[in-house]
Order: sequence, then C-alpha cells, then structure tokens
Amino acid sequence: MTLSIDPREAHPPARGGSATSNGAGTPGIAVRLDGVEKRYGDVVAVAGVDLEVRDGEFFSMLGPSGSGKTTTLRMIAGFELPTRGRVVLHGRDVTDVAPFDRDVNTVFQDYALFPHMTVGDNVGYGLMVRKVPVAERAGRVAEALRMVRLDGYERRRPSQLSGGQRQRVALARALVNRPRVLLLDEPLGALDLKLREEMQIELKAIQQQVGITFIYVTHDQEEALTMSDRLAVFNAGRIVQLGTPAEVYERPGTRFVAGFVGTSNLVTGDVARSIMGRDGTFTIRPEKIRLAEPDASVGADETAAAGTIRDVVYLGPDTRYIVELDAGARLVVTQQNLATTSTEALAQQGRAVRLVWKRQHELPLVEGESDTQEEDKG
Amino acid sequence: MSIGRRTRLALGIVTVAILVFIYLPIGLIVVYSFNSGTTPAWPPVGFTLDWWALAVRNSGLQQAFLTSIVAALCATAIALVLGTLASIAVARHRFFGRESISFVVVLPIALPGIVTGMALSTTFAQVGFPLGFFAIVVGHATFCIVIVYNNAIARLRRVSGSFEEAAADLGADQWLTFRTITLPALRSAIVAGALLAFALSFDEVIVTIFTAGGVKTLPIWIFQSFRLANQLPLVNVAGVVAILLSVVPVYLATRLSSSVVGART
Repeated sequence: MTLSIDPREAHPPARGGSATSNGAGTPGIAVRLDGVEKRYGDVVAVAGVDLEVRDGEFFSMLGPSGSGKTTTLRMIAGFELPTRGRVVLHGRDVTDVAPFDRDVNTVFQDYALFPHMTVGDNVGYGLMVRKVPVAERAGRVAEALRMVRLDGYERRRPSQLSGGQRQRVALARALVNRPRVLLLDEPLGALDLKLREEMQIELKAIQQQVGITFIYVTHDQEEALTMSDRLAVFNAGRIVQLGTPAEVYERPGTRFVAGFVGTSNLVTGDVARSIMGRDGTFTIRPEKIRLAEPDASVGADETAAAGTIRDVVYLGPDTRYIVELDAGARLVVTQQNLATTSTEALAQQGRAVRLVWKRQHELPLVEGESDTQEEDKG
Repeated sequence: MSIGRRTRLALGIVTVAILVFIYLPIGLIVVYSFNSGTTPAWPPVGFTLDWWALAVRNSGLQQAFLTSIVAALCATAIALVLGTLASIAVARHRFFGRESISFVVVLPIALPGIVTGMALSTTFAQVGFPLGFFAIVVGHATFCIVIVYNNAIARLRRVSGSFEEAAADLGADQWLTFRTITLPALRSAIVAGALLAFALSFDEVIVTIFTAGGVKTLPIWIFQSFRLANQLPLVNVAGVVAILLSVVPVYLATRLSSSVVGART
C-alpha cells in the first residue's frame, strides 16, 4: 500500500468550504503579512505590520482614520505596493502580483458599482472576465443575488437602487467569484444606523454560511466587537493589540486601546495610589462600576471611592453618570435603567456618591511613551 | 440675486444687439448663397439653387472640400488615440513629470497658430518631410489632441478611480478594464472632444497656410476665391457648407458633454 498524504487532508479547513493551503505555506493561514510597511515620501502610512489571518475567520482591522488599516487592506488586495515586507496569500507570496491575479475580492467603501452596467452584469463581471459560460453565469448571478436577498434585481441599474441595496450588490459581485478571502473596506460606513445594524447581522450570517475568510476594516468599535472572531486595533500605522473581541475589550493593553475600544476611564498616579493602593495606570469599564450611597458597605474584594455626580446623560436603556472623585479624576459610570425613570436619573446631579467596583475589573495598562502622545487622537 | 426692471431691459437690449452683430453677417452669407443676383447686395433679387448646383460641379471646390474633410478626420483620429491615452496616463498613474506633461500637452492650443505654423514649416523643410496633405494633418493634430485630452481628463477626474480598481479586483487585466470600464465611462466625453476637434480642424487657416504646400483646403479655397468677383456666389455656398460642418459638431458636442453619462452612481 502506498502512503500518500494530502496536505489538505492532514489539515482540514477551519470552517466549511475553503481549502487550507497549496502546500507552500502554513496550513490554516489565509493571509500573512511579514513586516509590511508603506511610505508615501516622508509620510508613513503603515509602519510595520506582522499579521496572520486564519482560514475561515472573520477578522477585523479597527482603528481611527489615518491609522493605516485601509492601506493595509489595499496592500492585501494589491492596489498598493508595500515599501517593505511581504504579503502571503495561502502560502503564495503575492507581494509583486497584480490585483487581477490574486484570489481575493474586495467590497469597496463607495461600492464602485459600474454605472453603465445592470446589476446582473455588475455581479457577473468577475465570471465574464473568467470566461465562465453564459448559461452558468446567469445561474450563479441569480444565486449570489438570492444570498443578499435581491432576487430578480438583475435588470436594474445601480442608480435605481438605495444605498443598502447597492451595498448588497457590491457584496454579491465579490462573493459570486467564490474568493478564498473577501476584503471589506468600511462597507457599512455610508448606511444609516438601523440599516447598519441589520447588515452587521446579515454579513456575519453570510460569512458563516460561505465559510470564506473575511477581513473587515472599520473605525466603529461596536461593529468590530459584534462581528469579529478576532480583531486587530490599529494606531499610527501599527497594530497595538490583537485578540478576540472579549480579550481586547476586557483586557485593553494600552491607554489608546482602552479609549478607542470603549470609554477610557483612567485612574493613574496619586489617585490610583490613594484609592486602590496600587501604582500604575488602570482603566475601569463604566458598566463595571456601581453607584452606591456614601455610607454603603464595601466587600473585601472591592474598591470604593467617594465622589460627586457632575453630569447625567440619559440614554434610554442606560444612564451615563460623570462622577468627579474627591481624590481627583473623573470616571464615567453607566447604569441600566432597570427601575429608574428619566426624572429620577436626572435628579441625581450634584449628589454625593460612593463608587464601588471589583478589584478584578481594575485593568492595568502599559504606559508606553509613544502611546501617551496618541491618547488625544482616540 | 434680483435685478431691477430697467436694468433687465437694458441688459436684454445689449444682449440682443451683440447677438445680432455676431450672427447677422453669418445669416447674410446664407441668404446670398440662394440669391439669384450675381453681386451680394441687399435686398436679394430672387431665390435660386443655381449657385449650389454650380458649386457641386466645381472641381476645385470639390477637391478642397474633400481635402478638408479627410484632413480633419485624420487629425481627429490621431487626437483621439493620443489625447485619450495621455489623459489616462495623467489622471490614473503616478509618474515623474506628470504635472509638466499635462502642461506641455495643453500648450499648443495657447501658442499662436502662426508660431506653430512657422515652426512646423521650418522643421518639415529641414527633415525633408514634404509639405502638403500629411503636413496639414500633423499640424492640425497638435491642437486637436488638446481638445480630446481636455474633455477626457475632465471626465476621468469626475469618475472615481475605484471603478478601475474594482475591475482589476474582479480579475480584469488592464486591457479588459480599459475596454469594459474606462472606455464606456469616457465615451461621451471623447466623442464630444472628437466633434470639437473635427470642427476646429475643418476651418483652420493659419497653420494650414504654412503646411499646405500647394494643397487647398476649403478655408484656403474660400480665402483665395474671395477676391475674385465672379467666384463670389460660390464662395457664399462654400461658406454655408463650412458653417454647417462647424456648427453641427459643436452643437452635438455640447449636447453630449452636458449629459451625465458615466458619472458616479
């Protein structure tokens, strides 16, 4: 008996349809970036990114504008040439390969639907380019449109569609080619809030259905936290933290991440020493803090700090209290309005309170010198 | 802004006066081409198609007319290819000297025709390129390119480059992208440019004088025949033809460029 080992059998794909590797690279890795840099003259857009995106995962690149996330995506797509470093797709080094020879497809921020073509021709464009027979093309276009719930829209023009519909057509146009990696550049940025939330759920469902690796660029932390399997937080051309949404939210590594992903509630220096008896900089998530009466008792595993409510922001399901601590520093506290009416919540302003939180929710931050100067950007 | 009634009236009168001043002489030529009298004098004596019949049979006029049409078509064809390619290079690619290229391409339209004519004539003589039809075509192409280039680049700047990126992303190489995406987006703009270029070439005199050698284009034929009293009725007919061949393309071009074909969704 001959023993043949197919690498694809040895390392089954992480999820669903897509195969792992052509044997040359690490199995299970869809995209690898090795020290990728992009400079425009003196301007550094991406200052060195190392990254591995796993096959079949929903991976987000989160960061403020100008943090290098879109440039990184464009280097994976092939629209930008890295100044330094390598881009590897499923084990194939594609750094110098033209976009049309890469097995990735992109959903553009402005959708980039071809205005002189019908929806059907737009979606079928990639198939036409690949010389897929006309009969098969029609079937696959219809199937792709069904997936984004636009069945029967083949003959419409992009100009006759709403923003949300165009977004779906752009998605169908990319998915119909069955790429191994789908790149999405802030695809929901132009939609209103309600539609955006619907599309988030839908996108995630589609991704799980087709099992394609999604690399998703966004500046919206909520979007990244809801949809991603893992996410990378970008700042000033670098990845500052990488992990699952829970890891990044609950254990932000730096001030920047604490502030950008969530609200930065910082306790540092003398204040930290006097309240918690610890040295360093800490962040405490607003929802982990309890508002209590000034004379409330405190558990052994808890920290307490006296303060005054300076501001009350009523948000419907929650209320946000801005509390000035007697020791200095301001903390934001959110409380669910389980039994509080808006009038009751607003009447709290000026009241003396005691803030209580569990010690395990004091998250220590790394204080880097490059980090402090970027704090105001978040 | 609202303007007073009197001002409005005054502006109306001035506008009409200017339009009359410009268009009345042109109208007169049209009228005289159908005038049965032999001298162009007001009032016209009667209506005739004799001059038109005569013009059609006049071999010198025929030859000049054909030369003008073919030269304009050739110059426009050259301009279409070079102007379109140059506009894509400047609008869609980054390269050293891009800004200067744009300036250099547009410059010939600003240069006095007499300078272009002189320069071309001198150069042609020195390199041994014969004056005549092909020299006219090259001379006209220098400014026709500018018209196509300007129209095409204005459209390219308005149309997002992400269409081309999207096509490349979907697997189309540069040629396919050009054929299926860039060209359709550009089509109305370059057709408008070509129509204008044709009209401009068709009635060009100055550069033509320097490059024509013995060849006569329609404007040159008109210019030379204008002084001969017995040719005058024919000159009027030739003038009307020249008017039509300039006005129609320009009219079509303005219609085309005002429609928003290929703009962003």
